[in-house]
Amino acid sequence: MSDPPPTPLLTLRGIGKSFLGVRVLDDVDLDVAPGEVHAVVGENGAGKSTLMKIVSGGYAPDRGTVEFAGATRTFRGPRDAQRAGIGIIHQEFNLLPERTVAENVYLGHEPVRRGLVDRRGMVDRTTRLLASIGETTLPADARVGQLGVAQQQVVEIAKALALDARLLIMDEPTAALADHEVELLYGLVRRLQERGIGLLYVSHRLAEVFDLSGRITVLKDGRRVTTVDTADTTADELVRHMVGRELSTYYPDRAAPEDRGPVRLNLRDAGNRKLRDVNLQLRAGEVLGIGGLQGSGRSALARAIFGVSPFTTGDVTLDDRPVRLRSPRTAMRAGIAYVTEDRKGEGIVPRQSVLDNALLASRAVFAARSGRAARTTRVRELLAAVEIRGAGDDQEIRFLSGGNQQKVVLARWLALNPRILLFDEPTRGIDVGAKSAIHDLVRRLARDGAAVLMISSDLPELLGMSDRIVVMRDGHVAGELPAGATEEEVVALAVGTVREPAQ
Amino acid sequence: MQTVQPRSLPLRLPRVRPGGVLPILAILAVLLVLVGIRQPDFLAPQSLMSFLGRSAPIILLAAGQYFVIVSGEFDLSVGSLVTAQVVVAARLIDSDPARTWPVVLLLLAFGALVGLVNGLITTRLRVPSFITTLGMFLILVGAVYLWSDGAPKGGLSEEFRRFGRRAFEDVPVLGRVPYALLVLVVLAVAAVLLMRSDFGRTLVAVGDNPRTAELSGVRVWRTRTFAFILSGLAAAVAAILLGGYSGVSFQAGAGLEFGAITAVVLGGVALGGGRGAVVGAMLGALTLELLFALMNFYGVSGALRSTVQGGIILLAVAVSATRSSSR
Repeated sequence: MSDPPPTPLLTLRGIGKSFLGVRVLDDVDLDVAPGEVHAVVGENGAGKSTLMKIVSGGYAPDRGTVEFAGATRTFRGPRDAQRAGIGIIHQEFNLLPERTVAENVYLGHEPVRRGLVDRRGMVDRTTRLLASIGETTLPADARVGQLGVAQQQVVEIAKALALDARLLIMDEPTAALADHEVELLYGLVRRLQERGIGLLYVSHRLAEVFDLSGRITVLKDGRRVTTVDTADTTADELVRHMVGRELSTYYPDRAAPEDRGPVRLNLRDAGNRKLRDVNLQLRAGEVLGIGGLQGSGRSALARAIFGVSPFTTGDVTLDDRPVRLRSPRTAMRAGIAYVTEDRKGEGIVPRQSVLDNALLASRAVFAARSGRAARTTRVRELLAAVEIRGAGDDQEIRFLSGGNQQKVVLARWLALNPRILLFDEPTRGIDVGAKSAIHDLVRRLARDGAAVLMISSDLPELLGMSDRIVVMRDGHVAGELPAGATEEEVVALAVGTVREPAQ
Repeated sequence: MQTVQPRSLPLRLPRVRPGGVLPILAILAVLLVLVGIRQPDFLAPQSLMSFLGRSAPIILLAAGQYFVIVSGEFDLSVGSLVTAQVVVAARLIDSDPARTWPVVLLLLAFGALVGLVNGLITTRLRVPSFITTLGMFLILVGAVYLWSDGAPKGGLSEEFRRFGRRAFEDVPVLGRVPYALLVLVVLAVAAVLLMRSDFGRTLVAVGDNPRTAELSGVRVWRTRTFAFILSGLAAAVAAILLGGYSGVSFQAGAGLEFGAITAVVLGGVALGGGRGAVVGAMLGALTLELLFALMNFYGVSGALRSTVQGGIILLAVAVSATRSSSR
C-alpha cells in the first residue's frame, strides 16, 4: 500500500451500493490525484462499472461519500457530475453520427452569438481544443459517422474537455480499438495527464494498465482488495488479487475418462465476424467449460454453433458428418440446444404460462412428429423433474424467480432430447439452491451421454463443473486447461499475461 | 392435509388475470342492463338475434385483427379491403346468380392475397406494419376508384346477398336466426380452436417476445404473415356479409379498421402483442356495437360514434399500460 499523493482530486470513502438486496459494492475507498492515471481492475461483476457510475453521477451510493475538488458532492445525475467537472467515456460512444465533430463536442452548450449558434466560433474552438490534445489531423467540421472508432473516441474526449472536465473516466477504452490505434490513445492519455487531468482507467487488459497507470486498485466481489503502485507489482500478483477466494460450493463429480465418448462436434478454423480460427472439439459425456472475459467471443461461439450468427469460414462436423448450421431451426434439428445468457430478453416469453414456455420449442420445430397429448404429458413430467417450486403450470412465467424460470427454459430444451447442449451463463442471477440443482442437472445430462458446452464468468463454477476448460480472448481460443486448473491460470489466459501456446 | 408449504410468490397475483375476458364480460353485462332498462324489447330473442347478425361482420373483423395484434403487429388495411371486396364483387357478379360461388371463392383468395402481401412486406422487407397496412389501405382505395371509374358498377346477385340479409325462419325459441350469425358462430369456434392449437400458442409467444421465439426455432416471419392472411380472410367474409346486408357503396368498409382495433383493445388484448384472448376481442366488438345501439336508444347523435370510439381506444390503452407498468 502506498501513500496517496497529496491533495487528491477525487476521494471516495466507504462507498456501498446494493441492488434489490444484492450488495454490489461494499466499503470501497479510492482516490485520484490531478495528473494521475489510476487503473481499476477486477473480474466481470467485481463492481467496476457500478463504481464508475457512482463517480459519474449515474447512481447515488447507499453509503459513503464522494469528495471532488475538495468538497463533498451528491450528484443528482450525470449532468450534475459533468457540470462539476467529471467526464466519462463509455465503451459505447454517445455521439450523433449525422452531426459534425464540432456539433457533437458542443452538443447542448453551443456557443451563441446574438441569439444564434455561432457555427464558426464553434468550429474554431473545437479545432483549438483538438490541437491542445495533440490532435491536428481531425477536421472539426467532419461528419462523425464517417470517422473511425479511434477518432470518434477523440471526439468523446474533446466533448468531455469542452465541459472543463478535470477528471475523466475511461471504461475499457481500448476494447474497440485496433493495435495501432491503441498507441494513439496512449499518447492522448499522456497529454491529458500533462494538463493535470486525473484519469480513472478501467480495463481488463493488464498490459495497458501497466503501460499507463501510476496506481492500480483491484476490486473483487464489490470490495477493494488492494491499491498498489504500478511500479511495485507484477501481472501475476494482480491476477492473484483478482481471483483469490475459497472454493466453497459443492459441485457434482466430474466425468471419469472412460465416460468420455467420441467427438460429437468438431470445429476446424471456424470463424465469423466476431470469431476467428476457432478449433474446438466437444465430446459426448463431457462438460467443456468456456472461460474468457465479456466480449471475448464466448457467447459468439455458442451463437455461431446454434446458427444465430453462423460461422462464415471453416468447417463444422457433427458426429463426423459435415454440417452447415444456418439457423436455430437447423441446429435444433441436428440435436443442439442453446440456453441463452439473457434469460429475460431471449429465454422466456414473459406473459405466457410456464407450460407454454416449456412447450415453445417442441411446438415450433417438431409439431408434426409427436402427438400433442403425449408431448404435453412429457413436458409436464420434465417440469416436475426439474422441480419448479411454488408455481403451477398455468402461471405466467414472469412471476417466477430467476432460478425457476431457468428450470422452465431447461425443460423446454430437454423436451427435444438434445445431444449437444450449449449453456451460456446458466446460473447467472439465480439463487444458491437453484444453482446447485442446475449444476446437478448439467452433470446428469453429460453422464447420460450428452455433450455439454458451458460458458461461465463465475470462475468457481467454471472450475468446479468443467472436465476441460477452453479460454477465449479477442475472438479466438487463447488456450485450453485440464480439469483441476486454477483460477489464476484461467484469468491469466483471459487477460493475456502469458504467451499463448503456438497455434 | 397439506404437508408441503407452498412458497409465497414474490408478487401477489391480481385476481382478475390481465388479458382475461372477465372485464369485458362485466362491461357487456352493464350495457345489457342499461339497454334492458331503456328498451326492454331489444332483449327479446327476435331483435337480439338480428342484432347479433348485424354485428357479425365487425366481430369477425375484430377476430382477424386480433391475430395480427396479438402477434405484435397492426392491420389498418381491412376497412378499405372490405370496400374493395364489395365493389369488386358487384362488378364481377353483375347480377348474374351463376357467378355467385366463383366470386365468393375469388374474394376469399383476394383477401388472403392482400394479407400475404401485407405480411411479407412487414416481415421480410421490415417495413413497420403500421406503415405497410396504411400503404395497402391507400393503394386499395385508389385502385377501387380507378377500376370502377368513380362509381360502383354492376350489382350483387340475390344468392350473394342472402348470406348477409337472410335467416332461418321459425326457429323454436329464437325465432329468426340470420345466416350471418351462423357463419359467425362457426368461425368463432374455429378461431377459438385455432388459438388453442400449436399455431395459436406460438402466435401469442411471437407477440410476447419474438427474440425468444426465434431462438426456440419459431419462424417468426411465417407466423406473423399467417396472422395477416387470417385478417385478410376475415375481411373477405365480413365483406360478403356486409355487401349482402347493406349493399354496394364506396363507404361499405369505411372506418372498420378502427372499429376492429378498438374492439380488440376493449377486449383486453395488449397492443404490441403477447396477451389477450380471441374471445375477448370478439366480445369487445359486440360490446362496442351494443354501446352504439344504446347511444341510439338514448338519442345520442350518431355523429358521436367516432368520438366515442376514439375515447374508448385511448382509455383502454391507458388502463392496460398503467396495469402492465406496475409489474
